[in-house]
Amino acid sequence: MKEYLKIERDTEWRVELRSQLKNKERTMRERVVMPGLDPLERIKYQDREVNLGLDEASARAEASRCMDCVNPTCIEGCPVSINIPKFIKNIERGEVLEAAKTLKETSALPAVCGRVCPQEKQCEAQCFYTLKLKKEPVAIGYLERFAADYEQNSGAVSVPETAAKNNIKVAAIGSGPASLSFAGDMAKLGYDVTVFEALHEIGGVLKYGIPEFRLPNRVVDVELESLENMGVKFERNFIVGRTASFDDLKEEGYQAFFVASGAGLPRFMNIPGENYNGILSSNEYLTRVNLMHAAEKEFDTPVLRGKNIAVVGGGNTAMDSVRTAKRLGAERAMIIYRRSREEMPARVEEVLHAEEEGIEFLNLTNPVEYFADENGRVNRMRVQKMELGEPDASGRRRPVVVEGSEYDIPVDVVVVAIGVSPNPLVPSELPELKVSRWGTIEVDPETMQSSIPELFAGGDIVRGGATVILAMGDGRKAAAGMNNYLQGKLKEQATEASGN
Amino acid sequence: MARVPPDFTKTLLFLTCQIRLKNKNSDLTMYQIVEKESFSEKVVKLVVHAPRIARARKPGHFIILRIDEQGERIPLTIAQADKNAGTITLVVQKVGVSSTRLCEMNPGDSILDLVGPLGKATHIHQAGTILACGGGVGIAPLLPIVEGFKKAGNRVVTVLAARSKDLIILEDEIRQWSDEVIIMTDDGSYGNKGLVTTGAEEVINREQIDECVAIGPAVMMKFTALLTKKYNIPTQASLNAVMVDGTGMCGACRANVGGETKFTCIDGPEFDAHKIDFDELIQRLGGYMAEEKEAWEQANG
Repeated sequence: MKEYLKIERDTEWRVELRSQLKNKERTMRERVVMPGLDPLERIKYQDREVNLGLDEASARAEASRCMDCVNPTCIEGCPVSINIPKFIKNIERGEVLEAAKTLKETSALPAVCGRVCPQEKQCEAQCFYTLKLKKEPVAIGYLERFAADYEQNSGAVSVPETAAKNNIKVAAIGSGPASLSFAGDMAKLGYDVTVFEALHEIGGVLKYGIPEFRLPNRVVDVELESLENMGVKFERNFIVGRTASFDDLKEEGYQAFFVASGAGLPRFMNIPGENYNGILSSNEYLTRVNLMHAAEKEFDTPVLRGKNIAVVGGGNTAMDSVRTAKRLGAERAMIIYRRSREEMPARVEEVLHAEEEGIEFLNLTNPVEYFADENGRVNRMRVQKMELGEPDASGRRRPVVVEGSEYDIPVDVVVVAIGVSPNPLVPSELPELKVSRWGTIEVDPETMQSSIPELFAGGDIVRGGATVILAMGDGRKAAAGMNNYLQGKLKEQATEASGN
Repeated sequence: MARVPPDFTKTLLFLTCQIRLKNKNSDLTMYQIVEKESFSEKVVKLVVHAPRIARARKPGHFIILRIDEQGERIPLTIAQADKNAGTITLVVQKVGVSSTRLCEMNPGDSILDLVGPLGKATHIHQAGTILACGGGVGIAPLLPIVEGFKKAGNRVVTVLAARSKDLIILEDEIRQWSDEVIIMTDDGSYGNKGLVTTGAEEVINREQIDECVAIGPAVMMKFTALLTKKYNIPTQASLNAVMVDGTGMCGACRANVGGETKFTCIDGPEFDAHKIDFDELIQRLGGYMAEEKEAWEQANG
């Protein structure tokens, strides 16, 4: 890997590019600012993307800040190990399509990652600017998005090279980021990959979860087309283990499975009144709006609206929900979060955008009970104040109740976004599969192989709840692991067949 | 052991039929409606081409369908299935915009999306005598359960109840798998006049009942459960909760069972009827009433 990076770094054009500008000049340049829609305007539309993306001139200027380090620590911060300096230097020299190709060497979904990755905790956290210069990092995420969008808009979307077909059938279960990244890698290796999805849309959380104002569906669709062009097949409305059993699929020729069935049952707090009407999970709220288009008049699925909407939680899903509520007309859209802003797991940019849009943050606040009208519809929630105590297992300071601090807030809708448990549907069909106490599938962390040899797993069904990019990293590892496993089996069979 | 040589002509005929059947069905598009019967103005039976589901389903399972891009995801219990023909039977009641549009579809039309089988299958076993209570469209999901219990060697006494005669559905099919069928109507237009509980209590007083299954409107299940609790008869009820994805993701279908929050799509749809908080269920079923009314007016106004 190191060797390969060095060879790439020593290519003539990169040496030449480095010599064109002194590092001192590079570091003097200011980080680019992402242009975005005006907050007051954008909250009128559920489907208008907030970030507008960089133009070519500002992207190339930003790319010139990157010093093409000898030891590119940024790559270590990337769960799918994108060759970051190579793609950025390609942008700097104006070869944007080449930059997009570089991204696709290791990432099945660059246009998605450029938008939803928590770069400030990953690549950008490991950038030389952050680590050594204490300056704002190179805007790796913005540049990734720029290169991927540029390719999508160019009409010249490159299809990654695939090895000769080996006619070995493998299945991916679920069609979220883990599966898509797995499918991309397996198709590159020549496998015959089918992705099975329970819902009627391919994309998993990218479609039902993340709203259009943060990740437009068309961006996902182009990435899906790319996979289709590589020979990946998609089966909708199909639950492996139910619609057909694992044994049925084995009979149909599938030799190995990658389970990435994702997040399942939403968590609730189990506090009094939580089953009143008007209190729902973020999964339900976002699925209604994103997958079922409930906010659009022509569609049959309803969605609850209200003047006062409270969203419980501090993650990306909570931000997506509260900003959706604002867009659907809430006058007061609130985040109720038991820790402080610093501990919020959401991407920094999402919190900033939410603040710009007039979202109220009731931090260090926790719900204790709900009250309803005579029809059982929630109309009031009781909350209590919290303060931060000693750090807990997660390293974050534990929220502690401030006694006697309860007060009531009028609410019409409450969205609970405090996390999910793994989806039990697939594991329940495989009694011999080893699962943890929490229902996550247990795997070898290197190969992602489960207790059933031909079954691999990754994403939220293994992690319990993580990010798009970590799921994609799992997909890549699982593809490598499964490839080794299947090739090993083939060798064994060949040895047996030759009779010794 | 010597075998009787097969009758060649017969075999050939059989094979030809099989091939024809296969060919006929392979002409069908996925989720095409092959048969329709109107039970009443508001209740329709649809037979739908879904070969994999027809093969895999068990009593108690349900499916989720979406008629077209605009449609809601509607959960429906599978009433019958024909493995050979590759079809499943659904009974639909006009409730909201999407279900009404589904009832208006005809043979030859195709449903856009259909996924299943979902939910936990009914625990079919030999229990002795089963009292099966079905109310209104709840008779449809009751049918495969009655069939299952009968085939498992139980005595099955079924009480069917509805407001009036035309709302008693699938009577012949139910009779085929019941030792006895008692019909109750609110208005006395068919069978005995009275509620499901009247008929059920008569049976309970008359003979030893080992287990009870109740499926129908939430109120009907609530009172059936109260009755069987009085007599200490283990009872299962199948909940018709609000659902969106139906695959254990959204939590719209949560119900309070024995003080715990359960998810109907994953943990159910059948639960111990004596533990279900029916009042909460009834309240939750009305959760989108105002929004649905608005959608209805949008579609029809």
